[in-house]
Amino acid sequence: MADKKKLVLDPVLENNPVILQTLGICSALAVTSSLQVSLIMCLALTSVTAFSNLFISLIRHHIPGSIRIIIQMVIIASLVIVVDQILKAFAPDVSKTLSVFVGLIITNCIVMGRAEAYAMANPPIPSFLDGIGNGLGYSALLVSVAIVRELFGAGKLLGVVILPTVNNGGWYVPNGLLLLPPSAFFIIGCIIWAMRSWKPKQREKVDHQILHVQVSEHA
Amino acid sequence: MEALISLFVKSIFIENMALSFFLGMCTFLAVSKKVSTAMGLGIAVVVVQAVTVPANNIIVNAFLKPGAMSWLGFGETDLMFLGLICYIGVIAAIVQILEMALDKFFPALYNALGVFLPLITVNCAIMGGSLFMVERDYGFAESVVYGFGSGAGWALAIVALAGLREKMKYSDVPPGLRGLGITFITAGLMAMAFMSFSGVQL
Repeated sequence: MADKKKLVLDPVLENNPVILQTLGICSALAVTSSLQVSLIMCLALTSVTAFSNLFISLIRHHIPGSIRIIIQMVIIASLVIVVDQILKAFAPDVSKTLSVFVGLIITNCIVMGRAEAYAMANPPIPSFLDGIGNGLGYSALLVSVAIVRELFGAGKLLGVVILPTVNNGGWYVPNGLLLLPPSAFFIIGCIIWAMRSWKPKQREKVDHQILHVQVSEHA
Repeated sequence: MEALISLFVKSIFIENMALSFFLGMCTFLAVSKKVSTAMGLGIAVVVVQAVTVPANNIIVNAFLKPGAMSWLGFGETDLMFLGLICYIGVIAAIVQILEMALDKFFPALYNALGVFLPLITVNCAIMGGSLFMVERDYGFAESVVYGFGSGAGWALAIVALAGLREKMKYSDVPPGLRGLGITFITAGLMAMAFMSFSGVQL
């Protein structure tokens, strides 16, 4: 039981796929300007990762090594098509906002990376949980970036006004930069900084150490 | 002709794949430590992008669009929902063929690019290029130009970032920010610089 809990919770803080494994960054940057869209993206990605892990793990003994990438791709692409069709049917507005990014879940390295690194070598149930865990780790980052961007960029959360902006007679001057794409880079950069200051174990090894030379004063 | 040239410039600078749509970010951040490797990957992306976008364009127009299969006698069959699986299949196949062809005919080039080719199948910039091509309904000539231009834009961005990161070895970055953190912030500043192109009217 403890193992299973670890499988789900570990990727959220200890081994976050975006922060530590550099996986799945594209969509983390592009869809985070509003919280609602990010939540749907998270849901889509988590379910695709979980089910692709499950199915790949179920047939892992029958996949020949040389063509495994193509087989994984086909499974992932089919799942993404299902998600895409569901979104188009039940949430057409969101599907339009996400535009190509639903399709890009196929090439999201989290899905592929977990299939290759975990599902190919582990039984179905742990693989499924691993997929959920990594999806949650991605979601945690996406949601926190989206909250910062929507709250301080537009004064709203999920469309509800939290900080009334000056234009609408309130007091808050919105930070327009946060609605623009580059701000996501800065926010994720700062989140990484915060995480690594809190857990120094996650720091990267430096290849070049700058020498701090004590300059002695000569008379 | 003029429209094609403006599309080319637009796809390199104004709609830069890496810095305004954030596609191909994973490899963009992970493989940009050295200028020489970044250059190799950049060229590989340009080649693959210039081949796959037109190839997918042909597939969409000949098979998937509603009514496109009338030449086979299927009339109004609409296969657009199969799009995603077709594009990724085409990309994976072309990358594989390219790898074999390079190995056979241009061994020197294969040695330089070989390691990057498998990485490219899962590069979102390639997939994104095909998806944008479909969404914007480009014709064949436009898709050739768009594929080449967007690949070149991505290559430009990764080489520029690699150049910055090589220089950054000499800077004293706070310990928690070293590596990935500072790379994110650098890329953010580059993206802001590229945003100034968005005012350019063509």
